[in-house]
Amino acid sequence: MLSLIVFLPIIAGLVILAVPSSQKQIIRIVSLLAALAQCVLAVLIWQGYDAALPGITAAAGGAPEGSFQFIERLPWISLDLGSFGSLNIEYFLGVDGLSITMVILTALISAIGILSSWPIQKQVKGYFILYNLLSTAMMGCFVALDFFLFYVFWELMLLPMYFLIGIWGGPNREYAAIKFFLYTLFGSVFMLLVMIGLYFSVIDPVTGNHTFSLVAMASQENYIKDAILGPDSVMWRYVAFIVLFIGFAIKVPMFPFHTWLPDAHVEAPTPISVILAGVLLKLGTYGMMRINFPLFPEVFQASLFVIGVLGAINIIYGAFCALAQQDLKKMVAYSSISHMGYVLLGLAAANSEGMVGALYQMFNHGTITAMLFLLVGVIYDRAHTRQIDKFGGLASYMPVYAAVVTIAWFASLGLPGLSGFISEAFVFVGAFSAETTRYIAIVSVLGIVFGAAYLLWSLQRMFLGKRKPDAAYDLEVGPDGHEHIHFHDWKGKLDLDTRELVMLVPLAVIVIFLGIYPMPVMGLMTSSINKLVEVLSPVVMTALN
Amino acid sequence: MFQLPSGAEIESIIATLKSSVGFFVPEIWLSVLFMLLIVVDLAVKGRKNNLLASVAALGLAATFFFIYPQHSLATGEIFFGMYVLDEFALFFKYFFVISGILAVLVSVADEQLNRDVQSIGEYYALIIAMVLGMIMMASSTDLLMMFLSMELVGLTAYVLTGYLKKDARSSEAALKYLVYGSVSSGLMLYGFSLIYGMTAETNIMKISAELALHGYDPLLMMLASLLILAGFGYKIGAVPFHFWSPDVYEGAPTPITAYLSVGSKAAGFAILMRFFFVAIPHGGEPFQDIAGLDWLMLLIVIAVISMVYGNVVALWQKNVKRLLAYSSIAHAGYVLLGIIAMDELGTQATLFYLLGYLLMNIGAFYVVILIANRTGSENLDDYRGLGRKMPLAGAALTVFLISLVGLPPTIGFIGKLMIFSALLAKGSVYIWLALIGVLTSVIALYYYMLIPLNMYLRDSKQPDEDRDRTPIVHQVALAVLMILTIYFGLFFAPLTDFAKASSAMFGLSIY
Repeated sequence: MLSLIVFLPIIAGLVILAVPSSQKQIIRIVSLLAALAQCVLAVLIWQGYDAALPGITAAAGGAPEGSFQFIERLPWISLDLGSFGSLNIEYFLGVDGLSITMVILTALISAIGILSSWPIQKQVKGYFILYNLLSTAMMGCFVALDFFLFYVFWELMLLPMYFLIGIWGGPNREYAAIKFFLYTLFGSVFMLLVMIGLYFSVIDPVTGNHTFSLVAMASQENYIKDAILGPDSVMWRYVAFIVLFIGFAIKVPMFPFHTWLPDAHVEAPTPISVILAGVLLKLGTYGMMRINFPLFPEVFQASLFVIGVLGAINIIYGAFCALAQQDLKKMVAYSSISHMGYVLLGLAAANSEGMVGALYQMFNHGTITAMLFLLVGVIYDRAHTRQIDKFGGLASYMPVYAAVVTIAWFASLGLPGLSGFISEAFVFVGAFSAETTRYIAIVSVLGIVFGAAYLLWSLQRMFLGKRKPDAAYDLEVGPDGHEHIHFHDWKGKLDLDTRELVMLVPLAVIVIFLGIYPMPVMGLMTSSINKLVEVLSPVVMTALN
Repeated sequence: MFQLPSGAEIESIIATLKSSVGFFVPEIWLSVLFMLLIVVDLAVKGRKNNLLASVAALGLAATFFFIYPQHSLATGEIFFGMYVLDEFALFFKYFFVISGILAVLVSVADEQLNRDVQSIGEYYALIIAMVLGMIMMASSTDLLMMFLSMELVGLTAYVLTGYLKKDARSSEAALKYLVYGSVSSGLMLYGFSLIYGMTAETNIMKISAELALHGYDPLLMMLASLLILAGFGYKIGAVPFHFWSPDVYEGAPTPITAYLSVGSKAAGFAILMRFFFVAIPHGGEPFQDIAGLDWLMLLIVIAVISMVYGNVVALWQKNVKRLLAYSSIAHAGYVLLGIIAMDELGTQATLFYLLGYLLMNIGAFYVVILIANRTGSENLDDYRGLGRKMPLAGAALTVFLISLVGLPPTIGFIGKLMIFSALLAKGSVYIWLALIGVLTSVIALYYYMLIPLNMYLRDSKQPDEDRDRTPIVHQVALAVLMILTIYFGLFFAPLTDFAKASSAMFGLSIY
């Protein structure tokens, strides 16, 4: 099941390889079918998922069964390394409460991304092959439970992303693409070394061999005492934690490693921005929750304050930057940085409320930001500009668009009744109840105020009032006597067309529904989050020592 | 003075020679093939290039039939300790024969070589001679034999480098290569003579025993190691013995560049490992030399400088062949990391890395040749827009470059993984080396990606929309190399097992 959901896009990619490049429609439809099949599988997995099982670590006895679900475990590579025993790499997939929400999100956003890619005309075949490759890599990252496999998927994302930004992006795309590539590779090469170090430090309790299994690594009793990353090697454990954290923080992106994100977003085509903000950024915080924190819980406990402060900086700094932007897409990109800060803050709280809030915020940020970028794309397609002050009074000419924008904007600023509110509220409840992060939480609340400021201000400037003299569109009086607007070389429907509605309405429904009744998603994650909090708790660490 | 050997002695000498010949069949076959090619060339008067290439390729392929039975032969010294047959040597026999076949293949692909050279003549014969020389480099256990085999490789390489007689760059490269080569050979011989002076032996096993028995002057040993490293370092193209390589790589016919960058380099590593591991395995603990200075420390310094210098200088290159030359300097550094680990895992990693390097580097040069056939240029600027015009070549080159960077799922990633594993398995002593290794590979990403950047992200200045004219044979060969690069990145167990089995050297005591 999980293999299928991971590799469906690649299969579609291979099919596309055989389709002549002139058959653009067939290529698009094959990709869409694969993505829809992924969605169906995600729903089936969701239906078959038992929310009571904890995940994170192995069940009693060291086996992942009874803790993880939909496990697929095959020996992949087994090498004899002489005195170092044997090198065992497994094809090991499985989901728990951390990953199942992300699997659903990835399937959803991938499908919407394909719909959003429909108008792309340049090298359609190459585009969809790369898109499908990216889609497989993302899904693979979320379900891989073997560090080696995770790393392969993690790195596999880079190249397609580089080309998707670099070939189909905006004017400054070369710079943005290579900056993205270099930044993320810089983060992940350290991960490679930590991965090797962990391999030599961890023993699978069942087989007695060294292992790359993340499940075995999440239990501190599986570490060899005097190994390089074993419990006695305090300094190297700190170093490993920090470099892993930086590697994941680059992906989040966390201040001061965030500078690649606005560049990448501004240059990337709309669907790639959607994927980037909707799924890729989550990989950073997912990596922290799956790998970074549970593998080094004592270092995590020691750095809660730092992580909290970094989260607060993200929230406030991101909001300030967003406030200053003239380019709507750049504003959304910075708002994305700001909102990922809530995730970090929730993680730093290190209690169930905060962590649930963080994971729920990851899901909600995925859906809400996807909407924001799609909506930016809608107006950019029509006006060929994203400058906020080139618009004005759009609400009266594009009412449906304005309505959807309002939902998305308000969800983003955390209006009660929409999903963003619940996750942010949980994050603040968690952060406030933890002593380390209490004052950080108080300061971070300011982020909500500034968030409201830039969102409402942009809404007001673009949608309310009257057309500005230098606006990106002309005003015409139609035969019926009403005023219409007209974009210079836009032939399509003025307001949202069917394809755009098909992309946006499901997201809007999800955002509203999860704002009223969050349990379908939140219910999936609670037992895993409780387990994670337990694994990370200082009590467990002292018991081990 | 000189006593004539007695009849019995002569008989025993002849008996040893006779028994040794049975262990020397692949080398004899290659010598026969070398002469056969010259004869065939005379017969067809240098006109039928493809015939010569086919004979060379088939002849090389036939060598496998002579190498394979050697697995069942007893490991040991032959020809009075001049030469050895062991798993390590067998690995390199396969390696050099495969690289020879690939060299012939890319030579056939190169239109410039086949157009500008009136008579391809002894070109293929020289490639065979070089394969022979490199195999002998990997199998020599005597200082004299080591020197002779290195000179055989060197001399054929000088001639092949200057093969484009009408191209001034080619001649210049050959001359530079010759001058640098002579100097480094001289230095190495001086080092050999110092070793001989200390031990009165030329066989590396006997040298080792002699040194262990009587001890040595650390300073003198340091000097000898340094001088010998100059000779080996020149072959592997590591800093500071690299000065020849950018010019030679740029000037030589591209197939020869490809071949030198893989074959000659690997032969250098083979001889370096055999000499230092067997003859003076005193690197590592306990450091009995002054302030811990010994050849291992020298190797560490060379490896670090090579990785940093090669990767940084490559950033400014505008010519793809030069860019790959600097990248090959950097790769020499990575391979040295595996040797520095100085244990079985390290040797396994080194051998595996060399196998990966063979695939990805020859593959990259293969595409460079195919592109030069179309554009007549190796400049980065002329690669613009080629990704769309030559889809297969573009995709293949991207895969090879990703593999050279060391990203999954390619063989280059597994190579780096093994090398860094070997370092980290030693505990925390070499973590800093691994750190330099990974950080420089981030730098490497930038210049390697310049090539796909030009091929895919930029449009060509002259939009000519003609079809890709690459012959189907080369398309297939290229696709096979590309698929193997990815396949062995996912299912690398056969190659790593092979590398592990091959890490056994005769007379080795360190692991």
